[in-house]
Amino acid sequence: MKHRYLPMTEQDKKEMLSDIGVSTVDELFHDIPESVRFKGEYKIKPAKSESSLLKELTRLAAKNADLKSYASFLGAGVYDHYTPIIVDHVISRSEFYTAYTPYQPEISQGELQAIFEFQTMICELTGMDVANSSMYDGGTALAEAAMLSTGQTRRKKILLSSAVHPESRDVINTYAKGHYVDVIEVPYKDGITDTAALKELISEDIAGVVVQYPNFFGRVEPLKEIEEIVHAHKAMFIVSSNPLALGALTPPGKLGADIVAGDAQVFGIPAAFGGPHCGYFAVTNKLVRKVPGRLVGQTVDDNGKRGFVLTLQAREQHIRRDKATSNICSNQALNALAASVAMTALGKTGVKEMAIRNIQKAHYAKKSLQEKGIEAVFDGPTFNEFVIKLPAAYKTVNDRLFQKDIIGGFDLGRVYPELEDHMLVAVTELRTKDEIDAFVQELGDSHE
Amino acid sequence: MNNQDQSLIFEISTPGRIGFSLPEMDVEAVSIEDILPAEYIREEAAELPEVSELDIMRHYTALSHRNHGVDSGFYPLGSCTMKYNPKINENVARINGFAHIHPYQDEAVVQGALELMYDLQEHLIEITGMDQVTLQPAAGAHGEWTGLMMIRAFHEANGDSARTKVIVPDSAHGTNPASATVAGFETVTVKSNEYGLVDLEDLKRVVGPDTAALMLTNPNTLGLFEENILEMAEIIHSAGGKLYYDGANLNAVLSKARPGDMGFDVVHLNLHKTFTGPHGGGGPGSGPVGVKSELIRFLPKPLVAEKDGTFFLDYDRPESIGRVKPYYGNFGINVRAYTYIRSMGPDGLKAVTENAVINANYMMRRLAPFYDLPFDRHCKHEFVLSGKRQKKLGVRTLDIAKRLLDFGYHPPTIYFPLNVEECMMIEPTETESKETLDAFIEAMIQIAKEAEETPEIVQEAPHTTVIKRLDETLAARKPVLRYQA
Repeated sequence: MKHRYLPMTEQDKKEMLSDIGVSTVDELFHDIPESVRFKGEYKIKPAKSESSLLKELTRLAAKNADLKSYASFLGAGVYDHYTPIIVDHVISRSEFYTAYTPYQPEISQGELQAIFEFQTMICELTGMDVANSSMYDGGTALAEAAMLSTGQTRRKKILLSSAVHPESRDVINTYAKGHYVDVIEVPYKDGITDTAALKELISEDIAGVVVQYPNFFGRVEPLKEIEEIVHAHKAMFIVSSNPLALGALTPPGKLGADIVAGDAQVFGIPAAFGGPHCGYFAVTNKLVRKVPGRLVGQTVDDNGKRGFVLTLQAREQHIRRDKATSNICSNQALNALAASVAMTALGKTGVKEMAIRNIQKAHYAKKSLQEKGIEAVFDGPTFNEFVIKLPAAYKTVNDRLFQKDIIGGFDLGRVYPELEDHMLVAVTELRTKDEIDAFVQELGDSHE
Repeated sequence: MNNQDQSLIFEISTPGRIGFSLPEMDVEAVSIEDILPAEYIREEAAELPEVSELDIMRHYTALSHRNHGVDSGFYPLGSCTMKYNPKINENVARINGFAHIHPYQDEAVVQGALELMYDLQEHLIEITGMDQVTLQPAAGAHGEWTGLMMIRAFHEANGDSARTKVIVPDSAHGTNPASATVAGFETVTVKSNEYGLVDLEDLKRVVGPDTAALMLTNPNTLGLFEENILEMAEIIHSAGGKLYYDGANLNAVLSKARPGDMGFDVVHLNLHKTFTGPHGGGGPGSGPVGVKSELIRFLPKPLVAEKDGTFFLDYDRPESIGRVKPYYGNFGINVRAYTYIRSMGPDGLKAVTENAVINANYMMRRLAPFYDLPFDRHCKHEFVLSGKRQKKLGVRTLDIAKRLLDFGYHPPTIYFPLNVEECMMIEPTETESKETLDAFIEAMIQIAKEAEETPEIVQEAPHTTVIKRLDETLAARKPVLRYQA
């Protein structure tokens, strides 16, 4: 068996087996009981050469309609944004991507410092004191935030806005089952969390209230008003936020959030059919010792030189085992690096400018649709997404759009039965005027 | 700059510089004051860096030089399977049709992605000997929790809600007890015996009608195959519990033993370890979970399925534990793992394990005269040494690890598993050559000699790294977790 990843020659094998003191490889596996020993080879596809495998998989990928070949108006938590080309050059440096968790700080300063910078940038955007090194994704980060609030308040109920991403809500429900926590949904009204209903539902039993900003419908939630209701009952205020939107919107940290969690996919991370993306998790100083996952801190070495280490590890599974704040171990380090590079490239002015362009382009699309008689429902302030009532059945419209090389928005009827034939339209800075006009034209022509 | 030779990106920021090129603005630039209420318009811009593109590239290139990866040198970090990360994986994952597809596109226009996921599931079913696999969990620990949630659902469906305890060996990964807690269980520890294996008598003592599951790594974290696995399965199953396989060490048994044949009911895999994810500096990983037939109905939804040559996402799973992650898992990592499996084929995967096990046994035998070998028997893909002998000379395992840095190596996993004093856990993997192993062995022998003759060289290591040992107590006592101007 010769393979480019396997350097052991027959001669090597002979010498090594002899040094070990056995005559065959099989002797090294005699501790596996005979009755469970696997005989022969797996019934899987035979190995392919580099070139033919690349050809096969390139053909397989070509069966997918990709966002670079179509104009996409699909968002709903995963967005097609400008990615500075430098991002991929940085994360392709194999000193980063072939390393693992930086357990040995003396030879991992690169990764540790990059994470420290990531933590800082997330704090800046969210307006929070502390951010961790990353979580799997926005949904699980939000679920961990909800669970943190139950531990912190010793209460066992969560209020969850129905204008939070449906898949995040699903994930929160699964985590809550694990922790024997009850999740109660707060309905939405006119596209935002129904604050009257929230006032009815909140009590001294509620550990945390979870909302999304901008919410799943693209609307800017009235965080100020919600915060007052939440904190009046000493519950924790948990906000899921698109960090790009925070380039233009008042950060939740300034509006009284206790935990802000979300996904940094908007910064340099490809959609990749839904993952891997990059969850982030930010809290106030008060909660620093309750944070799940890795934290990088600054310190000094024996010569007094600045350096970085994994810190406050007494929260983590490898030290605390069953008493840990979370079971998370591997996180999304490489994607946090990608997000850091994108946030660095965009920088102070670029993040703001890009956020504003999203608002402006979405506004242009909304206005143009209006002119064709297609009204945005739940009208009110939005970021880069809004909801429209389609002039025909969703599938009919979406298929028509696809014929024009356009990927339509999200089918809200899939998760909100009352919104059948409503589309959630996302317009990022990448959508050109021509693409928006074509999209509007096609919708206008779809009237039945 | 005081006492530092590597600036933070914030410290080289200069107002007025930019590193981006936004697409042309071709619609009317309406003022956002006309769209948003004043109180929701950000007043102060986030203090992000202002740097040019070259500034960025130099900064991160400098950081990369301060980082050790598998491509930099040998990385025998036990239980982490730091094997070579094939480059074709990276190319395939970046093809537009895989990298730039949206999870909510019409299934008809993402058939290639669904086909790949389906075929990966099929390959993992064969490799693990299980009956069905979900690709949804994001990493190993996430897979553990997913598996335990399914076991809980199984017991609950049987009206068996008294099963509140999960048994884990004292040598288990920390994630095992942590995952048990997150899934709503209590953890009970079972002891290892003098041979480094689960003590069957102790297992019989702790098992009972409250046992939900036993979580086991096989081979265990000492690199030893639990040869009493069938007796253990019998003990757990006859008590009504389920057997959970932590797949972190699967590199030891490819084509040699399948969890499904050993009696395991649930297994998670770490695709970023055995199947070359890559490790990414600590993720993203991927932690698929395989189950036996009686647990299939509890798998997270959706599951990728096939009918008449068309692939689809099956949401019609009423008894599912629900969703454990948005969308369908870390698809980009699954693409890489699939590429790897297809690059190796059945004979390649068999050679992977054989060579990994030969490498580990070879190193163990050659190092045994110089360090204590707590369990003197054939190991699998990794082995543990104890630095007990060196400790008596005033040289701790931590010192040995730091001294290895001077030779350009990443040290082994240290002080784990917890049941071996001054532990070093060494996993060479199959992708390292004999020459590399020999050079590492020579370095370890030299360090053992230094411990006897010139211990201060080891105690004061590292000598050649960009930074000396760092004050971790200070970091924890006065946490500085972000840059502030």
